[in-house]
Amino acid sequence: MASTAQSIVDGTTAVTRAEHAGAFGACRALLRRDFVLAWRRRGELFLPLLYAVIVAALFPFALGPDPVLLARIAGGVLLVIVVLAMLPALESMFRTDLEDGTLEQWLLAPQPLALLALTRVIAHWLTTVLPLIVVMPLLGVLLNLPMKVLPVLVMALLLATPLLVLLGSVLSALTAGARRSGILMALMLLPLAVPVVIFAAGAIAAAQSGMPFIAPLTWLAAALILAIVLAPLACAAALRIAVES
Amino acid sequence: MSRSYLPHWIHWLGSPPNFYRFAGALRPWLMAAALVSAAVGLYGGLVLAPPDYQQGDAYRIIFIHVPSAWMSLFIYATMAVAGLIALVWRVKLAEVVAMECAPTGAAFTFITLATGSLWGKPMWGTWWTWDARLTSELVLLFLYLGVIGLYNAFEDRRRGARAASLLALVGIVNLPIVHYSVQWWNTLHQGTTVDLFGKSSIAPLMLWPLLMMALATHLYFFASILGRARTGLLSLESGKQWVRALVGGQPPQTTEAPT
Repeated sequence: MASTAQSIVDGTTAVTRAEHAGAFGACRALLRRDFVLAWRRRGELFLPLLYAVIVAALFPFALGPDPVLLARIAGGVLLVIVVLAMLPALESMFRTDLEDGTLEQWLLAPQPLALLALTRVIAHWLTTVLPLIVVMPLLGVLLNLPMKVLPVLVMALLLATPLLVLLGSVLSALTAGARRSGILMALMLLPLAVPVVIFAAGAIAAAQSGMPFIAPLTWLAAALILAIVLAPLACAAALRIAVES
Repeated sequence: MSRSYLPHWIHWLGSPPNFYRFAGALRPWLMAAALVSAAVGLYGGLVLAPPDYQQGDAYRIIFIHVPSAWMSLFIYATMAVAGLIALVWRVKLAEVVAMECAPTGAAFTFITLATGSLWGKPMWGTWWTWDARLTSELVLLFLYLGVIGLYNAFEDRRRGARAASLLALVGIVNLPIVHYSVQWWNTLHQGTTVDLFGKSSIAPLMLWPLLMMALATHLYFFASILGRARTGLLSLESGKQWVRALVGGQPPQTTEAPT
């Protein structure tokens, strides 16, 4: 209250200063809230991991236990598994917030909506995607991926998954106001995910055949930087459409 | 009051009843022109143009395949521009036009993929290959289907139209990225042979029917979008006075009709 009164007295510069100080605090509070909520429902966080392990274990049954063949396809298989395991969580990124009215408070807040959306993306990535990346080297060993490729696999995933979550946040905001839309999310995300999958798989394949793998990774990094700037803005626009009736 | 920088007729045309009448008057002419130019183009392409020295008569599917491919991109661009107008200025007509573009665009994309597949079998020896252009076209089809699906997932059609318009804009940023990344990934498709501003590497006798077919598909698209937008407007505005007056089923009511 005191800071609000102060900013009214000081005029516009004080208002902007107060809001910027508040922006950081708001992001911290939002992160805290998301972590607490994720921790309270920590059982759900294991479901994508379980899914990934089961799908990875199905491949040797379907294709036969030939180690050479498994090593050949392991990189691409793991990448596709990660994308598919991310889908269900992505779909409900904003849904509960829309239902209980939190999103309306986001819109009313003095902090920029895009910043709040970016914070949500970070929280989502840390809680639902990071555990997947931690498990992936184990699954890589299971599928006979050579040891020297594992760091590249992790690096490619560390760059590719935030990019996918950023793209997914826009789509999730778009579908938040729609009817239940499981397959719709996949239909919308897969075209956007094509370049990400190509470059991440390209890096893994290059590392596997002993070729330089830095170029595809830097492409991913460049795309990630671009998406960090643009995707929250598109996400904010989509959230506005979802909230207004 | 801010001054309007648009000419008056754009405002006049943006009003649904005016657009409904205007589109209804223009549509038969466009459709007739489309049919005539398609007949001329097909005659030129299938009868007058010489067979290809390498592909024989099999190449003639180009007169369907290439104009459809152009249309699949052109319609996506049209949809994105209409979507942008719908998002920024909240023009109801632009929402309707953007959403009615999607099924036509998806149809042209599908025709491109189907004819390409038919052409690929005798020439490349395979129905489908994961070549850069084929893959981008397939991704384009998914983008269209995503727009259609998102639009239909909403109870409120105007909200659905705005959400799907935003998706179309995200897609248009994504499309060049997909195109160049799959090109980097794999390519087999032949390069561009028609260049409007430079020298084309296609024989003039084959070029003019191709351009005629392109004209025909554009005219057909305009005629079809006018017709689709008309029916779209009718169902969106079905509670309004002008639609009631038009249908003539009930006498015009004195009170404001529920929307």
